[in-house]
This record gives sequence, C-alpha cells and structure tokens, in this order.
Amino acid sequence: MPNLKRRYIVLGTAGAVGALMIGWAAMPQRRRLMTDKPLALSQGQVALNGWVKVSSDNTVTVMMSQAEMGQGAQTGLAMLLAEEMDADWTQVTLEQSTLDAIYNNQAVIIDGLPFQPNDHGLIKRATGHVLGKIIRAVPGLQGTGGSSSVADQWLPLREAGASARAMLIGAAAALWRVPAGECRAENGRVLHPSGKSAAFGELAQRAAQLPLPKDVTLKTSAQYKLIGHPVRRIDNAAKLDGSATYGIDVLLPGLLYASISMCPTVGGKVAGFDAAAAQAMPGVRKVVKLEPAKASSIMPGSTCGGVAVIADTPFRAMHALRQVAIEWDHGAAAALSSETISSDLKAALDGKDGTVHFHTGRVADALKSAAKTIEAEYRVPFLAHATMEPMNCTAQFKDGAATVWAPTQAAGFASGAVAKALGIPEAKVDIKVPYLGGGFGRRYLSDFVVQAALLARETQGAPVQLLWPREQDMAHDYYRPTYLCRCKAGFDANGKLIAWQTTSAGSSMGAPSFIDMSTDGASNTAYAFPNARVAHVTVETAVPVGIWRSVAHSQNAFFVESFIDECAVASGKDPVAFRAELLSGDARHRRVLSRAAELANWQQPLAAAPDGAKQGRGIAIHRSFGSVVAQIAEVSLGEQRQIRVHRVICVVDCGVAVNPNLIRQQMEGGIVFGLSAALRGEITIEKGQVQQSNFNDYAPLRINECPAIQVDIMQSVEAPSGVGEPGTPPIAPAVANALFALTGVRLRSLPLKIA
Amino acid sequence: MPTLNINGKNTAVEAEPDTPLLWVLRGELKLVGTKYGCGKGLCGACTVHLDGEAVRSCVTPLEAVQGREVRTIEGVQGQQIDALRQAWTHVDVVQCGYCQSGQLMTACALLKRVPKPSNEDIDAAMSGNLCRCGTYTRIREAILLAADSAARTA
Repeated sequence: MPNLKRRYIVLGTAGAVGALMIGWAAMPQRRRLMTDKPLALSQGQVALNGWVKVSSDNTVTVMMSQAEMGQGAQTGLAMLLAEEMDADWTQVTLEQSTLDAIYNNQAVIIDGLPFQPNDHGLIKRATGHVLGKIIRAVPGLQGTGGSSSVADQWLPLREAGASARAMLIGAAAALWRVPAGECRAENGRVLHPSGKSAAFGELAQRAAQLPLPKDVTLKTSAQYKLIGHPVRRIDNAAKLDGSATYGIDVLLPGLLYASISMCPTVGGKVAGFDAAAAQAMPGVRKVVKLEPAKASSIMPGSTCGGVAVIADTPFRAMHALRQVAIEWDHGAAAALSSETISSDLKAALDGKDGTVHFHTGRVADALKSAAKTIEAEYRVPFLAHATMEPMNCTAQFKDGAATVWAPTQAAGFASGAVAKALGIPEAKVDIKVPYLGGGFGRRYLSDFVVQAALLARETQGAPVQLLWPREQDMAHDYYRPTYLCRCKAGFDANGKLIAWQTTSAGSSMGAPSFIDMSTDGASNTAYAFPNARVAHVTVETAVPVGIWRSVAHSQNAFFVESFIDECAVASGKDPVAFRAELLSGDARHRRVLSRAAELANWQQPLAAAPDGAKQGRGIAIHRSFGSVVAQIAEVSLGEQRQIRVHRVICVVDCGVAVNPNLIRQQMEGGIVFGLSAALRGEITIEKGQVQQSNFNDYAPLRINECPAIQVDIMQSVEAPSGVGEPGTPPIAPAVANALFALTGVRLRSLPLKIA
Repeated sequence: MPTLNINGKNTAVEAEPDTPLLWVLRGELKLVGTKYGCGKGLCGACTVHLDGEAVRSCVTPLEAVQGREVRTIEGVQGQQIDALRQAWTHVDVVQCGYCQSGQLMTACALLKRVPKPSNEDIDAAMSGNLCRCGTYTRIREAILLAADSAARTA
C-alpha cells in the first residue's frame, strides 16, 4: 500500500470544515434544484425548477451557468436536461443563469483536491462531501474551467429534467383524469395510450402549480435518445453569419471605447504621463491612469498599471493612446530575465530535495542497489494563452449600480471583483457573459473586468468598452509557468524498473495556497512503481502565472511520459509493452493504451512520409480531469530538418460519451493547442519584459502544419469526466518520443528543436 | 465625407482616411461580425472581400477602398458561401467561433477563384487564418465538401 502523502488541503482547511460541519448537522440536505430567488419570467413562461423554464409556445429554456468558449459545454449541458425531460431538441434554447449557489461548480473544486485519482478512501470522500456542502452554500463560485462542466452538472441537470418531466406528466394526468403512470413524455409532448396528447407548452402553467417530486428516476443508458449521439452544436448558426455576440461585439447606445497601454515590465506601474496631445485629438473623452489590477480574489498576482484613453470610436482611442507620453515605474522586476529565472530553478534543485508529494517504497535504497541508473533534466518555458479574442470587457456604472458584459470563465469571481473595485455591494453588480473567443484558462482571471469597471466610473454613466490591443494581451498574460524537472530511474540486472524519482521546480500557477497543483500528473500517475518519490520545490517569480489548458498536466505529462520512454529504452523494451507492464494494476489505462497501439498498427513498420522522408512514431498516455488519453504521433523531418507531424492517433476514455462529436472536437483542439506549444510556444523575458508581442513571434500552428487527427472514444458506463483539457498533455511527449524513434536524439526541452 | 460601398449599399462614413477598414466596420457601421485579432494582418480574423478578393481589413485603410465593393460576413452572398455554411454545419467546424467569419470569407474567395481546390490550394489560401481552437482538420474537410456540393448544384 503506497504511503500517500496527503498534501495541504486536509490540514489547511480542517479548522473551517470542522466548524461548519457542526452548523450543518441540523440542516436538511439541500439539493441543487431550486434557486434562492425565483427565476425571472417573460410573458407566457413558467419555471419548473431552477434549471428550466417552459413557454406557452413550447420553447424549453435551459438556464445556463457555464460560459461557452468553444468547448461546447452549452450544447452538452442542454442535452442532459433535454434528455431526461424528453424535450424536443429543436425547441430547446439557452438563457444565461443568474449567480446562485445551485450553479456553483463543485466538480472543479472537489476534483482539484490533491488526492490520488484512484483513492476512494474515507478521507477523500468525507472531504469532498463536506466541501460540496460548503460550495452549495457559498454564492459566487460559478466558474467554467477544469474540464468540469458536464461532470459537475451531470446529476443536477438530469434530475432537473426528470423532475420537470414528472410535473408535466402530473399536469396531464390531472387534466385527463388518468393515472400518471399511464402517461409518458416524448419529444416535447405528454402522451396517453388512449390517444390523448398535449404539448409541454399547453401543460406548463398547470405543471408549475404542482409540488416538486420527492424523488425522480433517471433513465438507463439504453433509454437515451440524445446522450451518446453526435448532436450538432447549438451555437453553430450564429457563428457562421457574424451574428454571435462576443465580448468585443457588445453594442450599446452611447457606447464609448477604451484602449490601454500597460507598463511593459512585469509588476510595474505608471510614474507619470502627459496626455495633452492625446486629449486634443478628435473624439477623445478622457485619459485615465489605472493602478495595477488584482487578477482575482483567490489567486495571487496583479496586472501592471497603465494608461487608458476613452474615445468615441475604437480606432480613435487606440490612435490617441500612441500620443500619450508615459513614464513607467518599472518596479522590482526590471533585472529579471529568462536566464535569471532558469538559474533560480536550477539553484532550487541543487540545494533542496523538495517537498514530497508522493512516495512509495524505498527509493534511495533501490537506486543504490540498482544495476543501472539513468538521469535526465527536462524543461518547459512560459506560455501565453493567446486567445483569438483579446481581453476585453464592457462596463456601465450608473446610479450606484454596475452592469458588466464580461467574456469571463468565472462570472462569480468577476462580479465580486467589480463590486470591490467600485465599492458597491455585489447585489448591485449585474454580470452578463457573452460568447468567449477562446478561454484556455486566461479568462478565469478578472483583471480586465476590473479595469473596465474602473473606467466606467469616468464616463458619467455612459457604457465603455475596453479592448486590449494584441500586443498588450501578449505581454500581460498570466502565463503557464516555466518548470525544470530532474528525473532519475534505477533498473535491476534484468532491466526491470525498480526506482523512479522526479523533483520539479517552478511556481505555483497562481493556485490558492491551500491547493498545490504543481505535481498534478506526476504525483498521481497510474504507473505501479515499486519504489518512487515525486517532489517539488516552489520557486515563485515576478512573472504573473496562471492556469493554462490542462494546468500542471501540461508540463508534468511531458516530464513523465518522456522519461518513461527513456526508461523503456534503457530496459530494452518496446515503449508500449513497457508502459503496459507498469500499468498492470489499471485496466482502464491498459485498454486505452492497447487500443491506440492497435489503431496505429504499432507492431508494423511505419511507411515513409508522402515525400519519401523516413517517419518515426512515439506514444504517450496521460490521465487528467478524470479522463485517460493516449496519443501516437507520426513525424518526419523536412528538407530544412523542420519537424513535421503527419498524423496523430488519439484514444480517449472520458466515461459516458455525452456527445461524441464534441469530444472529438475537444481532442482535436487539445492536440493542436498542445502542438503549437510543443513546436514553437515560448514566452521569454528580458529586463523584466515579455519579448513576444503578436502572432509573428508567438506563432500558433497554421492549417498547412496541422496533422491528420484520428480520434477514438472508448465505450464506458462511468460518469462523464473532462474533455476540454485532457487532449493537450500527451501530445508534446508523443512527438518528442517520435523524434527520438526517428533520430535517436532525446529532446528534453520545449519547444522541441532539432539541431 | 467618404462614401463606401458596403454589402451592396452606398454608405457615408465619418472616419479619418487612414482609419483601417476594420474599425470603420466595427466602430462606425456596427458590423461586428468582422473580428479584431492582431491588427497586423497576421491572423486573418478580420478578412473581408474587396471586389471579391479576400483582404485583411485591419491593414486596409479607408482611403484604399473608396469606389470598390466591400463585402463582410453579414453581406456575403452566393452559391459558394451557402455551400460553405452548409458544409461548416455538417462537419461541425466551429468551436469558439471567433476566427470563423475570417475563415469563411477566405474560403469563399478561394472557391470563387478555384472551384475544386486541392489540399495544396487549401493550404496556400487558408494558412493566413489562425484558429486557436484547432479546427483546421474540419475546415479542410468542410471546404472539400462545399466544393463537391457546389459542383453538384452548378
């Protein structure tokens, strides 16, 4: 039995949890069904619970708490409710929910607890249960992240749908004076064997008068009509004719526009500025100094101070900003560079063993007795999110109340941050969430929302839309941190792996201090190491860091899956067979691994690339956000020895495949996102300043470089787990391993460069 | 006051002559389907048609489009865009969707020029349009599908 070092959460929150548990002992269990305040209704509409409204025209409106940033969550979630309600899918629409505790994202927080994924022990269950109760009671935790939307609302949305269906059937039964048990719902209607039938819209008013059902029975998977089917996205049409409204598209009467220039040095602010020339330019309303804006109430770091110009058109604001002479206070980080940060990481590993996040057996003894040992040092750089839609937010502050149109992943936090910035109660903040032009974790932070709110104080009640120029977006991100990892493995005389040791150094990714995510994906692998030690040294830098699609998995999958490949080579075994042996205790991983190998014809030699170049292939398998993903990459080198990825095989086990089409999209997207990073992504720092500014020097993959991608989804009856992020972690090591197979050169630093 | 031909209508605008077309469309004409991504012609999110050719509106000054026909995602018409929209839906291309106006405008100009594009034609035409969600494989599939269906209905 491995000695699992349960990390910080249990001790860190035991006091608060203990105190709150007593308070709850006497309270009835609250289900996530009814909101505190009744839902707002339009003419002819009734609410059947906190998740669904029905109109007299038969429209079924699903209350949507989750932001749509491309991941398809809004389509997947609406399917869950429509399935159990037996709604007509063509009559389903969405409406943004208010902030209410029933919509709080429990999964993202509970799944973030630092337990082994296979640990179903009492402490984990109890902590999850108690935290679940806390989360249900605290408003403002509505958030879209951690690949958690479907996992979190899997139960409440289906219960809400089933509950609504039962009430509609109850209303029909009363109307027709027949037993409810004789009626059934289908495609937006309630039907009786006698031939009687009524549409949901005709029954809704009566249904809303009935009490909530005490219990509901959810469908079995054999009864599903939507779940498991590749239903088309709800947001397709609006995104093909330009009518979809993103944050940058919010149009309001009297709208003013703002552009911003922030101190180029991380942590810096404005020392002084001369706005005379800008203020004389046409359309300019005001030039405003902004102090550094805190990123979030729970995450450290703040965005640099800057100067914003407010004008009557977006271009006039941008144009006038160039005429403002700004003097910067560069602050304490002016001497910082990628080199100094890199030396700090090395120094941290030279001096320390690190905090142990996982250990089993006796690693030191095993390494001493080993017939052979190997060592390697891996490195990953800072990465920007570079969403296609740069950071922006529209705000209006009038009569002591604020309305913000915020393309945010964290409506709850953003709303709280606006209230704090403006000194008004949170009840006076109305937050509207338009479509997000990409999120990838960047929009979990609220810095740009706070800035817009502060600008709205300067416009006498007129709404103002703040848009960051791309260069500001690139230089003022919350970056995936740079990490260094030293790995060591020992083998016995038969080549069997007997010791595994990794120690990483890097910053904490902006996590609240009681949840350290830094070794996620390294301290909780599925590999059955006989002796292992996974440790970490936290080294903070002044560079703002945050959560980047797949968070710590993005670096740890590269470390673990590259070094495992080195171990396979060292023990003289095939990389797939070597992994399979170490995964002997985990049938789910083994199935995913062997399916990928089968689809790639792993046992057969790989043909040459279309231009005749020799190809190599590599594999990686990684679990994140509850899902297991294996990827096999097939690569070759071009005439200039440039890395070319021709094909990627991807196998995913994410529990019940709610919408296979969305899952495929997310695997494809996760691979392309990870490949951009693996092949070219790097943010560098000189004199405390980010050196990249736009898509010329931070250049994502383009269509001509995109591999063919084949996705296979494993059949499963387990509850659904994440898909938005798990496609990203395996691709970098899969490509690096393929390059080793091709060239014999082991690349241990990202982005991958062939000398 | 400059007059522009936007989506088939003559429209007077007030902006200074060096204002990029993108900001005239978005700021003054409220045609916000055309997106800002980079401001330097690097990402293609702002792609519109100028006399039927795909151009980056973020680096096209107002004075350069006078007397020429501008079409945006809101006003583009014809068999190619219809086929592309159908194919985009059929293949379920979009994710966040922010780049897709630009992708469709570039793809539409390609099909007008090359009704049956090869993979190389698609690479050459579409590599100026970035997508961070990684919809590239589906964009390729949808363009080939649209070309097929346009050929059938022609």
